[in-house]
Amino acid sequence: MMFGTNTSPYMHAPQGVGQVMAQVIYALVPGTLVLLWFFGWGVITNLLLGLGFALLLEALMLKLRQRPILPFLTDYSAVVTGWLLAVALPPYSPWWLLLIALIFAMVIGKHLYGGLGYNPFNPAMVGYAAILVSFPVEMTSWPAPELTSIANINLSEALQQVLLGGASTWDGLTQATTLDTIKTHLRLGETVEQISQGQAFGWIAGQAWEWVSLAWLAGGLWLIYRKIISWHIPFALMAALAGMALIFWLINPHTYSSPLFHLVGGATILGAFFIATDPVSASTTPLGKILYAGGIGCFTYIIRVWGSYPDAIAFAVLIMNMAVPLLDAYTQPRVYGTKGRFGL
Amino acid sequence: MFNLRKLWQSSGGLHLTDYHKEQSTQQPVRKLSAASAPELVIPLQQHSGHKPKIIVKAGDWVYKGQCLAEAEGIISVPVHASTSGKIQAIEERPIAHPSGLNDVCVILIPDGQDNWGDQRLAPIENYTEASAASLCERVREAGIVGLGGAVFPSAIKLDIPTPVQLTTLVLNGAECEPYITCDDMLMREQAREIITGCLIMLRALHEHAPADGLTCLIGIEDNKPQAIQAMQVAAQQAKDSRIKIVPVPTQYPTGGERQLIHILTGREVPSSGRPTDIGVLCHNVATARAIYQAIVLGQPLISRYVTVTGKGVVQPQNFDVPIGLNMQTLIQAAGGYTSKAKRLVMGGSMMGVALPTDQIPVVKATNCLWVSEQVAETTPLPCIRCGRCAEACPVHLLPQQLYWHARARNLEKVEQHHIFDCIECGCCAYVCPSHIPLVDYYRYAKADIYVQREAREKADLARERHDFHQERLERAKREKAEKLAKHKEASQTKTNPSDDKQAAIQAALERAKVKKAQQAVASPTTTEDKPA
Repeated sequence: MMFGTNTSPYMHAPQGVGQVMAQVIYALVPGTLVLLWFFGWGVITNLLLGLGFALLLEALMLKLRQRPILPFLTDYSAVVTGWLLAVALPPYSPWWLLLIALIFAMVIGKHLYGGLGYNPFNPAMVGYAAILVSFPVEMTSWPAPELTSIANINLSEALQQVLLGGASTWDGLTQATTLDTIKTHLRLGETVEQISQGQAFGWIAGQAWEWVSLAWLAGGLWLIYRKIISWHIPFALMAALAGMALIFWLINPHTYSSPLFHLVGGATILGAFFIATDPVSASTTPLGKILYAGGIGCFTYIIRVWGSYPDAIAFAVLIMNMAVPLLDAYTQPRVYGTKGRFGL
Repeated sequence: MFNLRKLWQSSGGLHLTDYHKEQSTQQPVRKLSAASAPELVIPLQQHSGHKPKIIVKAGDWVYKGQCLAEAEGIISVPVHASTSGKIQAIEERPIAHPSGLNDVCVILIPDGQDNWGDQRLAPIENYTEASAASLCERVREAGIVGLGGAVFPSAIKLDIPTPVQLTTLVLNGAECEPYITCDDMLMREQAREIITGCLIMLRALHEHAPADGLTCLIGIEDNKPQAIQAMQVAAQQAKDSRIKIVPVPTQYPTGGERQLIHILTGREVPSSGRPTDIGVLCHNVATARAIYQAIVLGQPLISRYVTVTGKGVVQPQNFDVPIGLNMQTLIQAAGGYTSKAKRLVMGGSMMGVALPTDQIPVVKATNCLWVSEQVAETTPLPCIRCGRCAEACPVHLLPQQLYWHARARNLEKVEQHHIFDCIECGCCAYVCPSHIPLVDYYRYAKADIYVQREAREKADLARERHDFHQERLERAKREKAEKLAKHKEASQTKTNPSDDKQAAIQAALERAKVKKAQQAVASPTTTEDKPA
């Protein structure tokens, strides 16, 4: 009897890339639902447009690059990128804003570098950074949570805003994010305490944000529990950011926001658990991950406090993406039976 | 003795949900007769090292246990006849190799007598007083090799250089790989023989033991409760406090020599060193039993336990198989193939070797035949650097980086990432969500590095030769020039004496002239005198 020959191992764990990405998507659901609760239809339009453009562009690029389309579409990496951008952009974003963001993400950030696995930069953050520098007004005016929930804005108004854009009454429904408010008001000479009295602030960092951050946190912790991501990146990022914030807050609590504000405000939690953990563009060694995420935390604080953009996760991630090859090269773990880095 | 010992947790490795070991452990081991086999094909090269020298010829009649080929060189062991019979031929036959390579085999037609004749080795009964040298010599003589899979000659491992001191003898009964159960069954059924083999090894090593004696740790994975129990009973009966049965957590690849040593002793074998460097020696439990058979019974290694299992065989079970038995005959003994049989693997599902055909003899390295069903091939996706492979690697390599550099054939980087510490256990490839055949890349890269090293050595040698040749030519030229110069100089210095010579001649001539003149002056008188 003749048999086929191939090489060991002959067993394989049941999981594939598709299942890994699918679990990331499940973990995004709670946060997305909370966003939906506060911002209504705008979250759904963002999602539909984000996912639609992402899959369309992925398929188009695969076709142009003469790669098999179905195996790569079903790895769901495009869905994750589309979903992340959809929840990172302000709800009710005009369709063209999402399209431009996804062109930068999928075409330039991902496929021009060689597609899945070959992109040195986080595709979603490439898209985000591109539109943040190009369209700062659209990107920093978030709808007011109470005023734009499903109860207050119906589907046709939402569609009109997204597809045709710029209804004159719309401006009244948007407000600056809390990070932005803090920044502009500090420049006006007010103290953190005074600014925090404003109506946009909830307990810590803005009405909706506390709940949204908690929901992202829940999804992220589930990902760690499921071993889809390791604890290194999210916790090192939060520790570095909170550490920086703590130092300056202790020096002067009137001009520097509290560590808790920085953790809950902006996109910290989403960034820590879902964006910085993109394995392709992150460092891959345990120590490298800690340094990489620590760098993101530090840069996020520096840009938030002294830079000209209110939130900074995207830029911090892109900066640290550049350091990844170096980090990986110098943070090899000690191999069994060898001496470690310091001869230990 | 069983006592609770501290174990050292090792990171990495796999916790599999199913090790598929129950199927083949349901019934006792069945002994297959060598005498009734139609033919036995006994390859000469069954161990790692030099090929032994054949000492029989076609047409010879041999007894069971008779030496067919004797060891040649240091790293070599003899090969013995598994039963009595006639040697039909000595020719090349397919051996257990993934590429279906041929090698020299002795074709033995059993006579059905299974006659030892006078070929049984003299038993060494008082092994507790025997010299280490005589025990090692017997182990070598009996053709014993490591039966855990590496088939390295056991005598060489036992024959330790004088200054080396040991603390621990580790006996490997972990058997961590899925499907394989031959050591499990051996421990259940032959525990006493294993323990005796262990005592013989302790005797062979007594000169290297510390004052309070060697510790012998027998590591068995805790998914083999029956084997653990049988071994404990046997160890208690032996009444030797040095021997300790240590259940270890079930985690692939705990049975790797370096992994088991770390778990049991907390010490790591140096990357390019041997266990003896840290005072540890490791043998497989089946090797211990083979040593028992050689010393106490005088039997060379002519049979071994083999697991036949998988969805492709009708009755998975273990057999005591004579070396040289055709694999197809062995599968037939297990009820034959089922309709699902699509792949024949020698070894387990993680590190085994897939064989193209079953017309291959069972050898000393054959621990398991796993006949598996058809498995759907998955097209590999690109690496997403998720790092699961690094978490699973028992050696703490970065498989994702190794893959990256191996793919780019950046061999320098591959070596910097410690590729030669890779034990090819397959954990990385098992967990890879992109289904990349990672181990293939590492095997390829290792081979590539060997080839390059060889090429570099050759080039170095060629350059050395060329340089030497050049130098020789130059030296010859230089010497010639020097010689010429010397010659010239010599000839110049010689012209001066020749001048002297001429001067002398001149002088002589002058003198002669003067003399002649003088004679001319004087001659008239003489001439005048003449006529007178």
